[in-house]
Amino acid sequence: MKKEDIPQDDGALNKLTKEVCYVVDGSGKYVTGLSSGWEVKKEALDVAWEDIANRINAAKQKVLNQEASPVLFFMEYRLMDMATVAAYTGFWQWQVKRHMKPAAFQKLSESKLKRYAEAFNTTVEDLKTMTTHEG
Amino acid sequence: MKANFEHLQSAHCENGVTTNLLRNVGVSKITEPLAFGIGSGLFFIYIPFLKVNNGPAIAFRTQPGLIFKRTCKALGIPVVRRKFSSKEEAQRVLDECLQSGRPVGCQVGVYYLTYFPKEYRFHFNAHNLIIYGKEDDNYLISDPVMETATTLSSYELERVRFAKGVLAPKGQLYYPKENHPVTDDQIKHAIKNGIKRNIRDMLHIPGPIAGVSGIRFTGKRIKNWRNKLGLHEAGLYLAQLVRMQEEIGTGGGGFRYIYGAFLQEAYAYHKDEKLLEIAQSFTKSGDMWRNAAVQSAGIYKGRLSTQEDFNLLGDTLIEIAEVEKQAFQALSKIKWHN
Repeated sequence: MKKEDIPQDDGALNKLTKEVCYVVDGSGKYVTGLSSGWEVKKEALDVAWEDIANRINAAKQKVLNQEASPVLFFMEYRLMDMATVAAYTGFWQWQVKRHMKPAAFQKLSESKLKRYAEAFNTTVEDLKTMTTHEG
Repeated sequence: MKANFEHLQSAHCENGVTTNLLRNVGVSKITEPLAFGIGSGLFFIYIPFLKVNNGPAIAFRTQPGLIFKRTCKALGIPVVRRKFSSKEEAQRVLDECLQSGRPVGCQVGVYYLTYFPKEYRFHFNAHNLIIYGKEDDNYLISDPVMETATTLSSYELERVRFAKGVLAPKGQLYYPKENHPVTDDQIKHAIKNGIKRNIRDMLHIPGPIAGVSGIRFTGKRIKNWRNKLGLHEAGLYLAQLVRMQEEIGTGGGGFRYIYGAFLQEAYAYHKDEKLLEIAQSFTKSGDMWRNAAVQSAGIYKGRLSTQEDFNLLGDTLIEIAEVEKQAFQALSKIKWHN
């Protein structure tokens, strides 16, 4: 890429910082330049976030339909997968899977609910009621 | 308390941490491209049976931590690296380092990294930054991908140091142990060995998923994604490929350019014209990766949708594999004099 071709599009990151790029100057020598963002990258990130929003909505619907517990919702909401939830809570993955069933979730002790609440950076009350406070 | 430390921005976090920490112990000749090349940072791997963030597991760079480790080792600089099971101990050791005026490198998770924009905060645990001081409850942070230095409260820092999941940092911190003079001959030697190791990683790892064979393999797979996954899911996979390739801290096309810059800098030490020619091949490969990203974006934004588009994209990757293969083969033919 030539220095004059460095993309200067809008991106999520340019609120915060520009990125360093290695590019060639007119004589073919490598130099560094700053980029504010690249449309192609921004679109990739947008697609990822659209997918996340879909997953969160689908999870919410499942909880409302009594097909899943709020553990599923918060896993999606916190962009986690089963392994990450297990790592943060200290449960085994098969336990997490079980706790995603409404019946098993109902029976969880306060201390276990607390482990989930901490892992999801929320309170037990908000965990049970699927309440979120961030945008 | 505050170490005497100058923040410098870099294209990639681990290169930047390596360069800045070395500069701090008096090794000022190691630039970002030299650190990347000596650490044999260029790589490719696609692990087909593993999923990351519900998409394909693809990396354009070597395993986290290796660039720092290899570069220091090649220059004969002893390194201290510690992991912790206790958060209190992790903070105590960090504070001791800072007390003695020593900046330290630190592996952190990105999800709770408060100064990052929300859009960038995924559960990615192999980000690197430097902590160079503490004022009241705030740690002074030099994150190499940022233009300026920043801060994290002790609670925020603890949370990112003890992020959990894949590649959990476990409070990991590292630094070069002592000031150590590095000669031009050592750098020259380190460059040669870094290139040789990178040739091995890109050309000679058995099996189809790593190095240039991995790029070709991914190209072939992509051609099947439309049928196998359906257009929507295939688009998500390609978006993930592009994010792994171009995003902050991972930059795949970017890595090819850094490698080109490395070969140009290597020429200052080895005076072989071929290094300059081969640098151009990496510029070409970097351009082709960017081109592949543009093609991918066409698909995930719905501008392109036919099987023919997937075939073209797959072919672009297969061509890239060939360009990089020839570049590394040319590197393997260089006669080193020292």
